[in-house]
Amino acid sequence: MLDLSPADWQAIDVTLRLCLYTTLILLVIATPLAWWLASGRSAARTAVQAVVALPLVLPPTVLGFYLLIVLGPRGFVGGTLEGVGLTHLAFSFEGILIGSVLYSMPFAVQPLQEAFDALGRRPVEVAASLGAGLVDRFFTVVLPLTRGGFVIAATLTFAHTLGEFGLILMLGGSIPGETKVLSVLIYDHAEAMNYAAAHRLSAILLVFAFAVLFVVYSISRRFRAAKP
Amino acid sequence: MQIIQLMLVLLTALLPIGAAASERLTIAAASDLRYALDEVVAAFRTEHPGHAVTVIYGSSGKMTTQIVNGAPYDVFFSADIAFPRRLWAEGHAATEPRPYATGRIVLWSTTVDASQLALADLADARFRRIAIAQPAHAPYGQRAQEALEAAGLWEAVRPRLVFAENVAHAAQMVQSGAADIGIIALSLALFPDLARHGHHLIDGTLHAPLTQAYVVTRRARDNAAAQAFAGYMQTEVARAVMARYGFVLPHAQ
Repeated sequence: MLDLSPADWQAIDVTLRLCLYTTLILLVIATPLAWWLASGRSAARTAVQAVVALPLVLPPTVLGFYLLIVLGPRGFVGGTLEGVGLTHLAFSFEGILIGSVLYSMPFAVQPLQEAFDALGRRPVEVAASLGAGLVDRFFTVVLPLTRGGFVIAATLTFAHTLGEFGLILMLGGSIPGETKVLSVLIYDHAEAMNYAAAHRLSAILLVFAFAVLFVVYSISRRFRAAKP
Repeated sequence: MQIIQLMLVLLTALLPIGAAASERLTIAAASDLRYALDEVVAAFRTEHPGHAVTVIYGSSGKMTTQIVNGAPYDVFFSADIAFPRRLWAEGHAATEPRPYATGRIVLWSTTVDASQLALADLADARFRRIAIAQPAHAPYGQRAQEALEAAGLWEAVRPRLVFAENVAHAAQMVQSGAADIGIIALSLALFPDLARHGHHLIDGTLHAPLTQAYVVTRRARDNAAAQAFAGYMQTEVARAVMARYGFVLPHAQ
């Protein structure tokens, strides 16, 4: 029906894997980070919050350029990996995954921080005084009360990773099946004046992005309405 | 009211003078020209200080797409004559494509001395990442693929290829150390900063010639600066710069 080529499917596969892994990793990293950011005011917190928000204002090429250097064989991370007999991370799926996690970090941290702020410390303190452990408190008190924030963080992270381009172009090297994501493939199709293919993939991305945002906003509406 | 009318008259009287004093010229150029054309443009500026020249570099395919879609470029220097031919055929060019040079591809690396290598050495697994420009729209990438296929190396090399947006980006991938070796334009490998590392000239019979050509775009058909720059490419000064960057030049006319 859609008449997609094997190369198109390959790019869709890479893109979905990248979005999924980025979202999962960010939920694990962003939850404690957002909790810490929401639990007080200090210069350290403000500094961390500013660093987390950097990808919102920096051009993706800046992040891509730094990561290419750091993750490449002469960089700190890539060089250390080479030193212990592993391969550096430039032009690899792992490399663009690290890039995506950094790039989408504010989209995971900020909704969670807002949700934790709205929740306040009180429910957790009560649960603790009743003898609930740390894990218990998180899964039976925090998570159910802030699940709207988690859904928003996850969907926004997923959607933002979907639209990533400049960073992956710099860091990825357009390797089919490894680092060639949909946005880069659409770019290649358009540059090669293969407009039919570019149109098909662009339409898919457009519809998908709209659906994701529609879900986010309907959840966020319900979440707000449900609050006392 | 009268004041406004007077101002309008003054403005219309002044405009043509301003335009004649400094004609604007925007050049779109294939990224293999990045260093060579910068030098030609610098020489052009000293001889024609009246013209405001801007150069934008990118892949020839990208710039063709942009011109078709109305990009404000006045002269287009393509790494492959096929693109300007297409613009001419579709009515986007004011002049017929005119060849100005023939480009060559080289092996280039910052980790090994590429001048001691041959193309077949790419089969060696120690080159884990090999950078070339995107064959789908960058002429230097197409020729790199053709050469690798003609040498029977394509299948062996393909899993290790990384693709750059244009040939200058391919050089940057190698320069940063992220790619071990790359196939780039001779004109880039001869730039002093890059020429510190050796290169191996790839046999030109392995690929179709990189016949470079330029056109003046339709929007610039009355732009005197565009005509002047097109003419300047034929001068001895410009030809000497191009020859120094390894371009094979068409016979003087």
